[in-house]
Amino acid sequence: MQPDPTQAAPEAMLSVRGLKKVYQTDGGDVEAVRNLTFDLRAGELACLVGPSGSGKTTLLKCISGLMAPTEGEVLLSGKRVSGPPKKMAVVFQEYGRSLFPWMRVRDNVELPLKNQGVPRAERDRLVDEALEAVGLSHVPRSYPWQLSGGMQQRVAIARAIAYQPEVLLMDEPFAAVDAQTRADLEDLIRTVWKKLGITILFVTHDIDESVYLGERVIILSSSPTVIQEDIAIDLPEERDQLETRSLPRFTELRHHVYEQIQLAKKGDRPAAAGTPSAGPTPAAASGADVA
Amino acid sequence: MKTLKNLGYLLGLPVILILIWWAATLETENFFVPTPASLVETFAEVWFGERIFTDVLPSIGRLAVGVLVAIVIGVVGGVLIGSVRWLRALLEPTLEFFRAIPPPVLVPVLMLLMGITDTMKVVVIISGCIWPVLLNTIEGVRAVDPVLSDSAHTYGVDGWARVRYLVLPSASPQIMAGVRQSMSLGLILMVISEMFASSSGLGFAIVQFQRSFSIPEMWSGIVVLGLLGVGMSFIFQWAERNILRWYHGQKEVENAA
Ligand SMILES: Nc1ncnc2c1ncn2[C@@H]1O[C@H](COP(=O)(O)OP(=O)(O)OP(=O)(O)O)[C@@H](O)[C@H]1O
Ligand SMILES: [Mg+2]
Repeated sequence: MQPDPTQAAPEAMLSVRGLKKVYQTDGGDVEAVRNLTFDLRAGELACLVGPSGSGKTTLLKCISGLMAPTEGEVLLSGKRVSGPPKKMAVVFQEYGRSLFPWMRVRDNVELPLKNQGVPRAERDRLVDEALEAVGLSHVPRSYPWQLSGGMQQRVAIARAIAYQPEVLLMDEPFAAVDAQTRADLEDLIRTVWKKLGITILFVTHDIDESVYLGERVIILSSSPTVIQEDIAIDLPEERDQLETRSLPRFTELRHHVYEQIQLAKKGDRPAAAGTPSAGPTPAAASGADVA
Repeated sequence: MKTLKNLGYLLGLPVILILIWWAATLETENFFVPTPASLVETFAEVWFGERIFTDVLPSIGRLAVGVLVAIVIGVVGGVLIGSVRWLRALLEPTLEFFRAIPPPVLVPVLMLLMGITDTMKVVVIISGCIWPVLLNTIEGVRAVDPVLSDSAHTYGVDGWARVRYLVLPSASPQIMAGVRQSMSLGLILMVISEMFASSSGLGFAIVQFQRSFSIPEMWSGIVVLGLLGVGMSFIFQWAERNILRWYHGQKEVENAA
């Protein structure tokens, strides 16, 4: 489960190759994703930003094996994904509908572990820790519908953390929480990421958040979707809500991402493979210094 | 104080109805309509004795077995048919056909096939009670929220665990609606199966009394049926409150919003 520090940085943990997804609907075909190719190294934390409707959720569903891509493939540790992989957890965008309303908060978090046959004592520990981490240890006996939207989303996050996945996919998980909780949860994600050494792909529409959280930001174009740009975030590894955000480099990066998204919205396609002039290095060039 | 008030609500209307009945039968002496006092007397005479064992309990037993078996088959079949697409496509038209047959017409048919036995009566009850449960379960299983289903899938909650933790609870509001219909249908079918041909049971007893012009006795039998219905309704409400607590709570929250 924990990555072995003695091992050389393994090649791609998650690999998306030429992914294309066309939805067949009554009203004709909808090409949600045209052609996406990127790799995530083991232990990488990447953010995915893109305009609404650019196929972020679609991409996540293909990666998590819930939906078969029309073309291309997804590889997890070199193996082709054809169904939900064991060691992957997903936090869905529709948080309110992703919790079991007939189970109490604690049972919701516990169910995946119980189903895997994790022994009782360990299960209790993991669940307690996860609820504690998201600041919900005071409501284990409530039902999800008795909680506010932000609290429900935190239960979904706790469930994912307790599961101890190797790969964690999150689809705009902080959309429903207030600014303060959001900042806390951002730091929580980074803490968990460092502690467990997991690979995280984090979808967000918040540019600041993507720069603050990620080691790398992947920007999607508008539909039909390709990768607009893939940039490394060369901020210090210790991130602090106030300090990091006031760094000149932070501002530079968020300007850059912002510009790219504006371009994407206007429908500007990325130039074939040119390196951007604004300064940030393409992710492929840097890299080995993370994790 | 609160229980007293609830008791008042519970008994208020019955007491008023009995008073009206009592007043109406005060003067006239109608052969077909007994007075409350004579009915109570007859009731005790007729039902607090051997008849409990020869008629009442056998009827309740057949009813309980019939309804329970119908619920089990309906839920199991409904989960299967609702989850497997080709099975649904294959069975749905046929199910519509069978559902359209009024169960009482099966009584003569089953009598010929199985004789006048307890099994025949139970089968009549099952054959009618199964449809509301089966069809409601199919609907409920099909209506499982896709996001919830994806969540379960990504966390490896598959196979039996999926049925146990996702499909059944998710379909439980519809299943309970089906069960409720089945219970009232079951009572009707129990009586009918005993009226056609029988030598014991509540339906049989009531027809016997009617044929021998034992009118107060006949009425007392009808009261027994009514009480049985009320008892079943209480059991159902108790079960529903426990099984669907989450559902009513959620509805309340949604309505408040
Ligand atoms: N089940 C579906 N059937 C048909 N078309 C779909 C389906 N799901 C998504 N689409 C279409 O695919 C495109 C991408 O949708 P998707 O939900 O992946 O976007 P998104 O990037 O997650 O958007 P948002 O940021 O608003 O969540 C949209 O044009 C959408 O209409
Ligand atoms: Mg989305």
